[in-house]
Amino acid sequence: MGIPLDELLQAIPLEQLLIQTVNGIVTGMILALVASGLTLIFGIMDVVNFAHGELFMLGAYVGVITLAATGNFWVALIVATLTIALLGAAIHVTTLRPLLGRDPLTTILATFGISLVLQNYALWQFGPVARKIQEPFTGHFTLFYLDYPWYRLVIALLSAAIIGALWLFLKFGTYGIWIRATTQDRVMAQAMGIPVPSVLTVVFAIGAGMAAASGVLFGPLVGVNHAMGLDWVLKAFIVVVVGGMGNLGGSIAASIFIGLLESYASLWVSPAQAVIFSFVVLILTLLFRPTGLFVPTPK
Amino acid sequence: MEPLVKVEDIHTYYGKSHILHGVSLEVGRGEVVGLLGRNGVGKSTTLKAIMGIVRPSQGDVLFEGRPITHLPTHRLARLGIAYVPEDRRVFRLLTVMENLRTGLDRHGVTDARKKQLLEKVYNYFPVLAERCNQAGGTLSGGEQQMLAIARAMMLEPKIVLLDEPTEGLMPRMVSQIRQIIDVLHREGAAILLVEQNVPLTLEASQRIYIMEKGVVRHHAVASELRVSDAVIHQYLGV
Repeated sequence: MGIPLDELLQAIPLEQLLIQTVNGIVTGMILALVASGLTLIFGIMDVVNFAHGELFMLGAYVGVITLAATGNFWVALIVATLTIALLGAAIHVTTLRPLLGRDPLTTILATFGISLVLQNYALWQFGPVARKIQEPFTGHFTLFYLDYPWYRLVIALLSAAIIGALWLFLKFGTYGIWIRATTQDRVMAQAMGIPVPSVLTVVFAIGAGMAAASGVLFGPLVGVNHAMGLDWVLKAFIVVVVGGMGNLGGSIAASIFIGLLESYASLWVSPAQAVIFSFVVLILTLLFRPTGLFVPTPK
Repeated sequence: MEPLVKVEDIHTYYGKSHILHGVSLEVGRGEVVGLLGRNGVGKSTTLKAIMGIVRPSQGDVLFEGRPITHLPTHRLARLGIAYVPEDRRVFRLLTVMENLRTGLDRHGVTDARKKQLLEKVYNYFPVLAERCNQAGGTLSGGEQQMLAIARAMMLEPKIVLLDEPTEGLMPRMVSQIRQIIDVLHREGAAILLVEQNVPLTLEASQRIYIMEKGVVRHHAVASELRVSDAVIHQYLGV
């Protein structure tokens, strides 16, 4: 290599390092919101939901339509979340519930099929041209020499709030207990009178709603088109594996980690190349810590 | 009088192996019935079939005279059938309190009633009150057994299916489980008790069924059986 580390660091001003730290955390929180829906569905239902990206994308479209009709971003966010949660419940009842107790491979194929249907439906319905969601406010603040948009910080905070609410929901309250009991022992949960099929439908609906919420929140940053889900969901899958499949806390930690990693990496290489680092982490995790970086080694 | 639970000639399979070959038995209201037999004769499977966890391919299970063979397990729990499985299966990551709440947080149970039920089990199992915020998985085997029974009591069951409750427990725990069976009985719950402990079962039960190779071979009033009887020796002796 030949380049000493201090020389490498000298080339990067401290401000830029701090900016990238902020960027990394913001991207990480966004990623955490996408990934927590995915990890919730996997952790509780043992379903790898390949349609998560399409629920994210459809959520963004419902957001576009509602925003056009009402002019209010927050109404659009809520309407999209509820609509896609209902769609998620319908998908679960019609497609996944009949597969309960079968080989996990069948659910993977089913969700993959759903993702193709939804993606092509969106292409047919909305066309290939990207739509725009106007962010609810366009203000900036000065971060060193940069105009940093407030909206990005708001997304990060909202993501944290939504994930926090999910955690509270799971931790307290009867439904949270039912969900956790179902995760640990489905048969015994039923024997205690917990209506497990409905619990699973609700969990899938919550995961779908979270995907939709992230779709609307990030719409202003990425533009809405039928393939917008792919990128984020690919990263969300990396995060879910690195964080330990089905582990909510691990996924959040992994999201921030991957966010920071890519954002530091893009100090040296282009953002497109920075993705390579995430994949390297993914492969190393699978090789050396297949249960995830952020879970204690199972006994 | 119509029995509370009536099992009529049920057959079950695990894959291709035929486990139950036409089991029939009944349990009356408030009755303690023992189900004895060697390992692997289908005692646990019989309980699972009643609870809807294993589906009989033939035959029927009736509860209060109505067929329940095709009802989902969670509906059976709501009807008043509680299940305490052999391996206890407490929710290991849920606290003791949360374990109890899985059965307690039902539609139509008032807060006062919930409090009453909790006080009752804490009275029988003071150790559960002490550990109410501890995760179920951190309890000892005996404590987990108490939790499994206490959790079943939260359902205010009409019948409790008890699968080898004393297995692997210290003698002191065994006598405590014995007392709990009496407590459940006094409160009017019927019990279908699967056990390897023959003296305990004969003492606690009113009637006994003895199973072998997936069928009921013998049926007797418990007080007429002795541990030393030939029939016990034939089906249970080693």
